[in-house]
Amino acid sequence: MPLTLATRRRLMLAAPLGLAAIGGFGFLRLLDRMQTGRYDPHAVPNFLVGHPVPPFTTTAAPPGAGFSTADLQNLPQPVLVNFFASWCVPCRAEHTLLMQLQSQGVAIWGIAYEDSEAAMAGLLAAQGNPYARLGADKTGAAAIAWGISGVPESFLVDRGGVIRWHIGGPLSAETIAGTLEPLLRKYA
Amino acid sequence: MIPELGNFALALACCLALTQAVLSLLGAEGRDARLLAAAPALAFGQLIAVGTAFLALVWSNVVSDFSVRNIAENSQSQAPLFYRITGTWGNHDGSILLWCLVLALCGAAIAAFGGNLPSALRARVIGVLGAVAAGFLLFALTASNAFTRVWPPPMQGQGMNALLQDPALAVHPPILYLGYVGFSVPFAFAIAALIEGRVDAAWGRWVRPWALVSWCFLTCGIALGSWWAYYDLGWGGFWFWDPVENSSLLPWLTGTALLHSAIVVEKREALKTWTILLAIATFALSLCGTFLTRSGILNSVHAFANDPERGLFILALLGLVVVPSLFLFALRAPVLSPSGMFAILSREGALVLNNILLCSIAAVVLTGTLYPPFANLIGGVQLSVGAPFFDATVLPLAAPLILAMPLGPMLSWKRAALGPALLRLWWAALVAAVVGVIAALGWHGVAALGFVGSAWLILGAAADLGSRIRLFRIPLGESFSRLAGLPTSALGAAIAHAGLGVTIAGIAGMTLATQRVTFLHPGQSLDFAGDHWTLQSLVDQPGPDYVARTATLLVSRDGRTIAVLHPSERAFPVQRTDVTDTAIRTDFLVDLYTALGSVHDGGAEVRLRYDPLAPWIWLGALVMAAGGGLSLADRRLRIGAPAKREPRVAQVSA
Repeated sequence: MPLTLATRRRLMLAAPLGLAAIGGFGFLRLLDRMQTGRYDPHAVPNFLVGHPVPPFTTTAAPPGAGFSTADLQNLPQPVLVNFFASWCVPCRAEHTLLMQLQSQGVAIWGIAYEDSEAAMAGLLAAQGNPYARLGADKTGAAAIAWGISGVPESFLVDRGGVIRWHIGGPLSAETIAGTLEPLLRKYA
Repeated sequence: MIPELGNFALALACCLALTQAVLSLLGAEGRDARLLAAAPALAFGQLIAVGTAFLALVWSNVVSDFSVRNIAENSQSQAPLFYRITGTWGNHDGSILLWCLVLALCGAAIAAFGGNLPSALRARVIGVLGAVAAGFLLFALTASNAFTRVWPPPMQGQGMNALLQDPALAVHPPILYLGYVGFSVPFAFAIAALIEGRVDAAWGRWVRPWALVSWCFLTCGIALGSWWAYYDLGWGGFWFWDPVENSSLLPWLTGTALLHSAIVVEKREALKTWTILLAIATFALSLCGTFLTRSGILNSVHAFANDPERGLFILALLGLVVVPSLFLFALRAPVLSPSGMFAILSREGALVLNNILLCSIAAVVLTGTLYPPFANLIGGVQLSVGAPFFDATVLPLAAPLILAMPLGPMLSWKRAALGPALLRLWWAALVAAVVGVIAALGWHGVAALGFVGSAWLILGAAADLGSRIRLFRIPLGESFSRLAGLPTSALGAAIAHAGLGVTIAGIAGMTLATQRVTFLHPGQSLDFAGDHWTLQSLVDQPGPDYVARTATLLVSRDGRTIAVLHPSERAFPVQRTDVTDTAIRTDFLVDLYTALGSVHDGGAEVRLRYDPLAPWIWLGALVMAAGGGLSLADRRLRIGAPAKREPRVAQVSA
């Protein structure tokens, strides 16, 4: 049955009410989920956790020679892949912790995100190099493949090349002791 | 004693607001002259009561009365007086009280300056404002009472958020709220018009100044927030597409659309339903922004009071405001006579294009902001929407808007021809194109696009004014006397449009910014962006409630010192937080920006930035607001359209 012009006009004018009602109902459900702990707006998730390392490649970043997907597939021990940049201040804060982890024998592979070779090499020369292997992601293509939202971000890759854990932001002493070290023991 | 007085005043205000709502609306319905005359008095009474409550809270903050829970949790006695005062609204409960104060101010403003309105319309507007105020006052009285006591009172407060101890951020909330809450007045006008079932040219003329005032404040408030983010957060960004920023941008976008569509209502009695909807939507989005920020539903860097309980209360308030309004809209809007058809190529056609584009941008921003929580709700996925989405979607919509902006004011009402308008703009287009070619050769494409848009807007506004005063066509003296005789609304519109051009130039300039983060020992220096930067010294200085570590950086160009900068980092022991204080040297063309990072091994991390045209971003916003203010001074806005005025009921003897 075709609607008359007046009816269509009425329906159109009622549309905002319908939209607002749907939105309001959604907000109500979200508040409920927040209270019951099923929704945390502050979690920075990564869709790759539980999946194999995505296809990506990095270029040489002296002193490192670069690495790609294949290098992360058959590993003697789990690897912490760390996206960083010399221009990023939180990365500098994280750097000391990475140096400590390296001294404990943790394998850390670094990907320098949109960074200049000279600035990055200068930083590592001055403050120490925690990275076992090092690659450069000048175009940001690897960052997109890994789905990072900024630097620093770190991923734990197990020996079979599956990403087991992710942190969107700098590591802290608490995260290392509470989460990362148990995981490293689990996947060792 | 004082906090109890405040609490009592708040309860009184709530009762008064409820009375204001019921009596005014009933009075307007029954044309009862006594009730109609009571409406303004009740609005003033509510303002006095809320003002008393607010002053009581300010006083308790000034004397650091830590027996008040809100003050114990958010203040400390060593904080400077200025920040103890501004700290009143630096927390959730206090800011809700400020919100109520501004709302009461709006009602009182209508009572004071609404003398030219028909008394029934005025009573309805005051009544609707009273109803909204009653809801918010109830919230301020119950779920977020700022006067709740604690026993035993602590000796010292837990300290004020260190980031809030900043002059720009201290005045940011009142200005922003004047904008947000100010849109409650156009909203009340819209509801009153729906109740009366009538929207005419006079209505358009009455609602516009209120929308304009709110818009000016909102523009300044957003700019102030953005400026603060730039100089205070220490990484030199000015807009992050953060959910909280977006929720302030949304009412700005629809409010800007409202400003323009109200002109069409005034001049052509068209776009009536649409304007009513915009007025409702703008206030609804202001409330929605409050809900989104306070409930913590969105992932934002702005950690306000993330409390789902309070979120529920605000959602209920939001529902109580929005659902009945939209229900009334669905019911009554069909009664409003449908707008007549008009030519696409006309001033009103251009204003419709403006509305379509502004609302499309608002829709895109709303979608991007709400997508993450709703995707979680529906699909159970956790994701975030960031700057790349907004850049990619807003830019294509903003480009035609900018292209059309100088053309709109050149077109005449009813039916226009494109030819004469383009003829008056040809030189602006030519210069903009030359700017574009030079910029594209020299720099990045996006920056060039920005500079073209900016030149087009500024020169287009100049061309508009030039053609109105017939510059260079008639003797210069006559042109100037024409300029003096120009309606200030035309002058204001041109200035506001040019202001956007200035802002866009600043944003384009910022895409060319360069930065370096480096570690320096005192005495070391480096060359960056054509200047020679030397870290001269690093010293620790104690402050009232913090310890500051200050660096002295010398910037020299061609062997001559051009700037001495003191970036510092303040450590607040009570709050256990550090705040970065950047140091910026500006000549209004380029900002030399420095921020201090971590200090160790006798040296410091310093962030150096070279930000071309950065100050223009906020300067442009000020110009926009000034244009709005000038437009407000137009006497045509203050004098009601005489033809459609109904006789005043209040003057008929009761």
